[in-house]
Amino acid sequence: MITTSGLTKVYRSRGREVTALDGVDLHVREGEVYGVIGQSGAGKSSLIRCVNLLERPTSGTVTVAGQDLTALTGRGPRAGRELRQARSRIGMVFQHFNLLSSRTVQDNVELPLEILGKSGKERSRKALELLDLVGLADKAGVYPAQLSGGQKQRVGIARALAGDPKVLLSDEATSALDPETTRSILQLLRDLNRQLGLTVLLITHEMDVVKTICDSAALMDRGRIVESGTVSELLATPGSELAAALFPVGGDASGDDRTVVDVTFHGDAATQPVVSQLARTYNIDISILGGAMDTVGGKQVGRMRIELPGRYEENVVPIGFLREQGLQIDVLDRPEPQAALVKDGAE
Amino acid sequence: MTWSEMQPLLSEASGDTLYMVGWSTVIAVVGGLPLGVLLVLTDRGGLLQNLAANKVIGQVVNIARSMPFIILMVALMSFTRTITGTTIGREAAIVPLAIGAIPFFARLVETAVREVDGGLVEAVQAMGGNTWTVVRKVLVPEALPSLISSATTTVVALIGYSAMAGTVGAGGLGDIAIRYGYQRFETQLMWITVAILAVVISLIQFAGDYAARALHRRGGHSSVAPRLRLLKNRTPAAEAVASDVNRAA
Repeated sequence: MITTSGLTKVYRSRGREVTALDGVDLHVREGEVYGVIGQSGAGKSSLIRCVNLLERPTSGTVTVAGQDLTALTGRGPRAGRELRQARSRIGMVFQHFNLLSSRTVQDNVELPLEILGKSGKERSRKALELLDLVGLADKAGVYPAQLSGGQKQRVGIARALAGDPKVLLSDEATSALDPETTRSILQLLRDLNRQLGLTVLLITHEMDVVKTICDSAALMDRGRIVESGTVSELLATPGSELAAALFPVGGDASGDDRTVVDVTFHGDAATQPVVSQLARTYNIDISILGGAMDTVGGKQVGRMRIELPGRYEENVVPIGFLREQGLQIDVLDRPEPQAALVKDGAE
Repeated sequence: MTWSEMQPLLSEASGDTLYMVGWSTVIAVVGGLPLGVLLVLTDRGGLLQNLAANKVIGQVVNIARSMPFIILMVALMSFTRTITGTTIGREAAIVPLAIGAIPFFARLVETAVREVDGGLVEAVQAMGGNTWTVVRKVLVPEALPSLISSATTTVVALIGYSAMAGTVGAGGLGDIAIRYGYQRFETQLMWITVAILAVVISLIQFAGDYAARALHRRGGHSSVAPRLRLLKNRTPAAEAVASDVNRAA
């Protein structure tokens, strides 16, 4: 649905060059919620603004819904008619909501429809319908200043949906909200994604956002995509920073008298009581050092760090049993054997 | 001079002042608003970035603003004649008044429009809006409370300028104060004109503040209080300018 290839953005000011995007290849499938996470300055903001060409990429292409947007840019800095039409089919919500304070809630939602040249009657029907969808039907006549942050963002979302977009871009939409409001806004985005088949590309610096609603995620650092994939793919990738951040587990590495193993659950194996099976079958004592399980995209996924008594060599059989169950096993701090295991895990 | 002698003089002069100030305000707003918006749009990072044009407009505005009004009035005489057919009278005074006020108002518009949150512009662009949409739906409506304050300041400044319009026989309260009050030692009449000017300026300022505040409150801006304090500071300053102008003339 959204594809960027070789996207580069270089800012030039007073002879200095700052590379915000350094060859970003992103692929967002239709109907999924895709999260790009990274620290401030990683280039997330530039990336999302390049998708609807609010920022002109220095090089590379952006394709949204099969249309090459980069081909629509004219020569000057202004957006031509075709690009503006393409933008009207891409919704966007912002961190600071960006509602017009001089307009009522309803008039704010009607704004994109005014730009599309819809009649007054049609505009107000559509606006009220959208306000109902986001749960603010009773606030149509008030001014944004009278709303809470969460309500303002709901208006922002309603406004973004006014042009019946297939794609929604979310620029840190929950970063200015408290945790509880964040959850309700994310829930709304999730519902819209399901109900309307909306493809959502969001950028965030909060791991929780990715964990709550994303089907796929990408980690950005210094203008590059470091890791990307569906959440289960990431989890299955040994040494994945994103997986480690999404499912943090504590505990020390293996020693002479113990073997520490990370067990990653994804897919069907997640429902099996493997740890107790392991303990019963081999009659060994297992300590759980840490664990994180969650439902990501409707599936049980997670990882657990367990400790088996004895050196790695003494635990080859139990570890083999775990692998037979379809689990991904990583042994900590055993460089050579781990390399072999990684290969096994990948199979 | 008795009241019955002063009364027709004063009412005619008040009418002349309002006529001149009214029309020149209308022209200043019509001319200054687009100019001020253009100053923002053509600036670095603006939607119509054009630094050369920005510099030219900026310089023209600066030159026009730095010219003392009385000089501007004389300098514009031939231009005034081509427009109104005369260089004497109320209509003739409106030309230099308006031309003096356009750059004044344009600078105030520029400041007001610059304060509009860039995120709003971005939002409208993301919806597919063009530059004209941004100006019409975002910049002007969002800056409206400040624009009203700017217009108020412009009207007050114009009342000050109009005192000099007597030089071209345009009448007005300032003219009465100078010709009767200063040159013929009719101190009483002078003080009455000053009082009328003070009342008129206060009323205009009050009406402007009220309108700006009402719009601001609707928008729910939290910066209402400091803004109003600024406006209150502006009133005596503007009056001081006006009386300086009177004395100078």
